[in-house]
Amino acid sequence: MDPVLLQADQLPSWTALAPALALAATGLVLIAVDSIDPDDSRPALLAGIATVGSLASLGFAGWFLSAGTGQAGTGGAIALFGDALVVDGMALFFQAVFASVTALVVVASYDYLSDHPYRAEFYSLVLFAATGMALMAAANSLAVAFIALELASLPSYALVAFLKRNAGSVEAGLKYFLIGALSSSVFAFGISLVYAATGSLLLPDVYDALAGGVEGLTGVAAVGILMVAGGFAFKTASVPFHFWAPEAYEGAPAPVSAFLSSASKAAGFALAFRVFVVGFPLDAGIDWVLLFQVLAVVTMTLGNFAAATQEEVKRMLAYSSIGHAGYALIGLAAFTGGAGGDVIGASMAHLLVYGFMNTGAFLFVALAEHWEIGRTFDDYAGLASRAPMASVAMSVFMFSLAGLPPFGGFFSKYFLFMGAIDAGFWWLAAVGAVNSALSLFYYSRVVKALWLDDAVGEFELASTPTALYAAVVFAAVATLLLLPGFAPVIETAQSVATTVVP
Amino acid sequence: MIIEALIGVTFLAALVVMLAPDRYAGKLAFALSLLPVVGSLYMWAGFDAGGNALMAGSIAYETQLDWLTVAGYDLQWFVGVDGISLPLVVLSTVLSSLAIVSAWTPIDTRQSQFYGLMLFMEANLLGVFTALDFFLWFVFWEAVLVPMYFLIGVWGGPRRKYAAIKFFVYTNIASLAMFIAFMALVFNLPVGSFGLPEITQSLQAGELSSFVGLDPATLKLAAFAAMFAGFAVKVPVVPFHTWLPDAHVEAPTPVSVMLAGVLLKMGTYALLRFNFTMLPDVATRPLVATVIAAVAVVSVIYGAMLALAQQDLKRIVAYSSVSSMGYVILGLIAYTGLGIGGATFQMVAHGLISGLMFMAVGVIYNVTHTRMVGDMSGMADRMPVTVGILVAGAFGYMGLPLMAGFAAEYFIFQGAFASTVIPSAPLFTAASMFGIVIVAGYLLFAMQRTLFGEFSLETDYEVRRAHFHDVAPLAVLLLCTIALGVAPNIFFEMITDAIEPVVAVVGGGA
Repeated sequence: MDPVLLQADQLPSWTALAPALALAATGLVLIAVDSIDPDDSRPALLAGIATVGSLASLGFAGWFLSAGTGQAGTGGAIALFGDALVVDGMALFFQAVFASVTALVVVASYDYLSDHPYRAEFYSLVLFAATGMALMAAANSLAVAFIALELASLPSYALVAFLKRNAGSVEAGLKYFLIGALSSSVFAFGISLVYAATGSLLLPDVYDALAGGVEGLTGVAAVGILMVAGGFAFKTASVPFHFWAPEAYEGAPAPVSAFLSSASKAAGFALAFRVFVVGFPLDAGIDWVLLFQVLAVVTMTLGNFAAATQEEVKRMLAYSSIGHAGYALIGLAAFTGGAGGDVIGASMAHLLVYGFMNTGAFLFVALAEHWEIGRTFDDYAGLASRAPMASVAMSVFMFSLAGLPPFGGFFSKYFLFMGAIDAGFWWLAAVGAVNSALSLFYYSRVVKALWLDDAVGEFELASTPTALYAAVVFAAVATLLLLPGFAPVIETAQSVATTVVP
Repeated sequence: MIIEALIGVTFLAALVVMLAPDRYAGKLAFALSLLPVVGSLYMWAGFDAGGNALMAGSIAYETQLDWLTVAGYDLQWFVGVDGISLPLVVLSTVLSSLAIVSAWTPIDTRQSQFYGLMLFMEANLLGVFTALDFFLWFVFWEAVLVPMYFLIGVWGGPRRKYAAIKFFVYTNIASLAMFIAFMALVFNLPVGSFGLPEITQSLQAGELSSFVGLDPATLKLAAFAAMFAGFAVKVPVVPFHTWLPDAHVEAPTPVSVMLAGVLLKMGTYALLRFNFTMLPDVATRPLVATVIAAVAVVSVIYGAMLALAQQDLKRIVAYSSVSSMGYVILGLIAYTGLGIGGATFQMVAHGLISGLMFMAVGVIYNVTHTRMVGDMSGMADRMPVTVGILVAGAFGYMGLPLMAGFAAEYFIFQGAFASTVIPSAPLFTAASMFGIVIVAGYLLFAMQRTLFGEFSLETDYEVRRAHFHDVAPLAVLLLCTIALGVAPNIFFEMITDAIEPVVAVVGGGA
């Protein structure tokens, strides 16, 4: 497709929001279809609509990205609604991540929900949450940021508590909701303080105001920025707002855990990257980079150590996902302005790879839950002899999460650490590398259980759920192909990240 | 494109075998593994490179394609062979095929997965010996660990899980140390590339800048030490050798063959490429050279003494690998044409002979179900052909003339004796020669007790002769060993050609 067609004077500029609109429209269509005939349950139709919708969103995002929409080559970022939303390369990159995770999760949920009512509601909640994430990636105003965050969070609370007859799921939903509400209020209060100090909610204006100096109000702005950071720490499950994560991921239906720990976390980072890089100047007396350095080191270390002591695979994955939040935080922790955009690009690329490998790992847990073989490492023993392909896939996810070379996670981690070294923070990279080496211990426990340990008892695996299985295998193939195919990912990510830096 | 074809075909073969039914997997894997053998022999026949690939020599079958560029650094698909890597490529393909045949008898569970992993490992080994871009090389280097972990952990002996995890953790940490050291070098060079030739030439042109308060010389020394430690684990040299006997004893025979035959050579190959070619000015410091030579001699003697103390035939062969690889290190640090050339030749020779020994022990174990020296005697009566080949192989190990081992050890001793790099080189060389005596000691002692004399193995099953397909790979290996012993120039000429530039840098003689 000719990139010229995508310029604002040829198409209405709101069409740049197509990736988000496709998700929202699909959610509405699902509700409409369900309300036309609520009693008739046609799971294949509902799952099909949701899959097509999320793939359409992915298609739009990928098409726009490759056509250069909103990027420097075609006239720069497209600003909409009085600059409140902005579509640029970074927004589209993250929208592609959300859409691919959503597609995987939707496909995988088809079997998981097979004997469950309210399928249409489940799919529409997932798509509305994804819409919120897509908007988070495009938010250029603190007000939109808050609304988009809530739009992504509210469906998530419901999704975590979706298994309403399961006490664990309900409890997880409640915990998630309470901490979410608390951090939302912290976030909102932070926004109001920043507004008080700068007189604007639009990020570029906030930047100018802070860079120009806010006499007497620097302290107010600093507290505001600190509280805004707290809001992101919640969404990305970073220390000290991480307590909900293991509970919520463990209690939630496994596809929802996959969705939250991959897409929702990436959305938090999408927003954090834009708000801090575009909104808060580094040289205005407020050293937020230091804050993220502390957060990154504490988050990755705590996440990894906690993961190493778990006995349940799902909980281990939850803590390891906290650890990965710590790695992704390096993007902000090693940000130095200017060429420092490279390290944010590396973070973005890591989040994309993470989207596949982590979603895949949780979907494997969903598979195990479907087979009812238990949750601990011991319960997984000898599974490879019964489900070899799925076990190969899970091994790929584990080794990739640990950052071993034949898989995509190796490059994404390498470029992340190398970005930190390039920015002058070699100690940050060292902490990351040590953590990464430690993580191999608990990831390999899963591989050991699957392949090396003998099964304790004979287990009978129920029928293999086709869609879930396909999603797991697809994620594994993507994780594997992301190593040789890493070039376009990292190049796109770094080029779009560098253009965002003011 | 022959190298791409070689690696690609092997990967595809791994995939095909993985999906094949168990009944055919072994035969199919062998048939498919002949393709890379033919490919590597074809490469050998048409080999026309000269000099050292890393030092501006010409490279055979070279491909250089951009892969990705990040932060000003080019990562490339950059493969090719020179006189050092080609013999190891041939060794990898030949030994893999033979190891697959030797697995037909002992491997009786999950065959398709086993053979698939063997081929997957072979593909990555080919990558290690042909990659000329650091990243590409490192990806293959680490990827070898994954199939090895499963091969030991799933099909191994009673303590397989312990051995597999120990192997994995040990070598992975070693790789991390090496990786960090190498990065520290590259980041302080003006080259925007991970291509090994560029890095080597830039390092030798003295373009290294200082880093966090370390001047270039100190940085080089630190990187040399970390890289040496990283590769020493893989080789392994004393005191980093403890994973090896565990891994060998627990691994099934064909996996031991690959482990001793090719995987250990990854370590010495990398030492030659990275430490001794890229940083000769560090290696030739008298203190460094003395330490390395001492480590080599200790590995030779201590490894041989450990082998002398073992009761398990497989352990004897395993520890003897530590001893033999010590010779390789001694040859490398000698920095003479014969020393480094002999060390490279020994990599191939030891690959063949240790493969032969492990296979022979495996064949005996298949028949007798024991490997204990004390349990059996007089095996020569029951399986004369196998025993004959085993004895011939053992003589090769001891360095009997006209066998590959003799040629290699002769070159190494000659080269080390004349070394100007190792202080009091004759002393170290003479000390290491005592290794030969001990090797002869433990091999003759073990063979005398197990193979000869009255047959007395108390079993409730019939001790029968081995299958033809068990003995055939042994015979092939023995033929290769003799061929290399009679005509070392099959490989030695191209090796010397590639070694010369390395030696010339430090001014070492022939």
